[in-house]
Amino acid sequence: MQEKVLMKGNEAIAEAAILAGCRHYFGYPITPQTEVAAYLAKKMPKIGGTFLQAESEIAAINMVYGVASTGKLAMTSSSSPGIALKCEGISYLAGADLPALIVNVQRGGPGLGGIQPSQSDYFLATRGPGHGDFHVLVFAPASVQEMADLTGRAFDLAMKYRMPAMLLADGTMGQMMEPVTLPEPRDPQAAPDWAAVGTECKRSHHVINSLCLDPVQLERANFERFERYARIEENEPMWEEFMMEDAEICVVSTGITARVSRNAIVEARRQGVKVGMIRPITLWPFPKKPLLAAAGKVKSFLCVELNMGQMREDVELAVRCQKPVELCYRVGGMIPSPDEVLDKIKKMNEEGG
Amino acid sequence: MANHEIVIAGFGGQGLLFAGKVLAYAALLEQRELSWLPSYGPEMRGGTANCNVIISDTPVGSPIVDTPNILMVMNNPSLDKYESAVARGGKVFVDSTLINRQLSRTDVEAFYLPATAMAGDMGLPTLANMILLGALVKETGCIREESILSALKKIVPEKRTNLIDANMKAVAAGRNYRA
Repeated sequence: MQEKVLMKGNEAIAEAAILAGCRHYFGYPITPQTEVAAYLAKKMPKIGGTFLQAESEIAAINMVYGVASTGKLAMTSSSSPGIALKCEGISYLAGADLPALIVNVQRGGPGLGGIQPSQSDYFLATRGPGHGDFHVLVFAPASVQEMADLTGRAFDLAMKYRMPAMLLADGTMGQMMEPVTLPEPRDPQAAPDWAAVGTECKRSHHVINSLCLDPVQLERANFERFERYARIEENEPMWEEFMMEDAEICVVSTGITARVSRNAIVEARRQGVKVGMIRPITLWPFPKKPLLAAAGKVKSFLCVELNMGQMREDVELAVRCQKPVELCYRVGGMIPSPDEVLDKIKKMNEEGG
Repeated sequence: MANHEIVIAGFGGQGLLFAGKVLAYAALLEQRELSWLPSYGPEMRGGTANCNVIISDTPVGSPIVDTPNILMVMNNPSLDKYESAVARGGKVFVDSTLINRQLSRTDVEAFYLPATAMAGDMGLPTLANMILLGALVKETGCIREESILSALKKIVPEKRTNLIDANMKAVAAGRNYRA
């Protein structure tokens, strides 16, 4: 077990990526994720890795595509407007069935927006960031420890299922420091059997491509991909439950708002209100089962988000609209205070849950 | 033990984030729960800067400090901004060289130290932050005083360990200051 250290969330992602065996980073600076790049710029050259500041976000994601084709762990990081630029490349990664890690430390939008924390890329991340029928794995850390742990997890699942993964953090998670126990270091993995690393004239070519002009084949490729997605939806959802045993109101929240909600829940419990939280850790696959199970027990749900209610749609679908799903939100870089969340919880409780 | 919710605020360049980092690292070494959250963006480049530090014996929920029970301020705009937010009975540490007014509230405890002038007199002009921190740690007990040195040893890069003595001199000056 490694010693606990104090790190910013962005630095924890960078260090965890190295410890997971990633040796290739391509990026372009943008607040509030710049520390990811700054950290790797210092460290990668010392361990024989590649840090490259590309000429644009689009160049960076396509460099990721190149390295991913060789079966190596590759990553890029950015914040909301930069991620929008990368979407074409992410779709190509998905179309070519390539693993990669895309870190999105979200800021307020749309457009250039602001630089303060946001969760308004929820739709972008969970609906498939780019054109075509596809998903990426989406992880939503709520502590610096999870910034580190989920980086390794994202790489593992991306490689296992041959698909891109996105770490969807918010600006607060990127900037804050907390104690973190870093994972044990792993050596870079050997190239998997599909990698394009040269045939040495001993085997047929491994073709990595997202172009497929034959509709029969392209349909088959889409079907195969969605069979994989079905397995992922069955096996890979992650979530955490907090004070849910006898809860009548179930808060659903991620990242910084889950932390704020935790304060509100503890205070509401002190005042006798039966409230708990289901915190999705994967946003795709969305943890539908625990939410549907909760719908049989609680009177209502409350989504606390830094957007206009994007995740609420997934909660309503997951609980099949059996119970009302209320919303508490701030946007534009504003963050609700624990009191704002507490007031909403108490109001729902007074109205019968 | 109490939950210490701390705001440290002033101009960018005064070492406010560093002072917060010392508290955070000290808390880590004491195996307490903690969080450290800075302001970020253009305001850091010479404008106002602040950080929120929470030190607790139970897991930290939100890292955002809305109602500090400890406030350390090094410019007028920061005192104007945060004075009303301080919890009743909270402690406020003021650099009275740079802040030209007293607190208007009477339900909080104020400590005035001419930290910037003291730092200049001691030939340590960049360490007013650590003078205030010395007083803050003494008066609030949010961390143990000896943890400051342990934290500095962790934070200060090896090439610059000569700065640790200067930092500790500043801390001692703040601790021993009598108005």
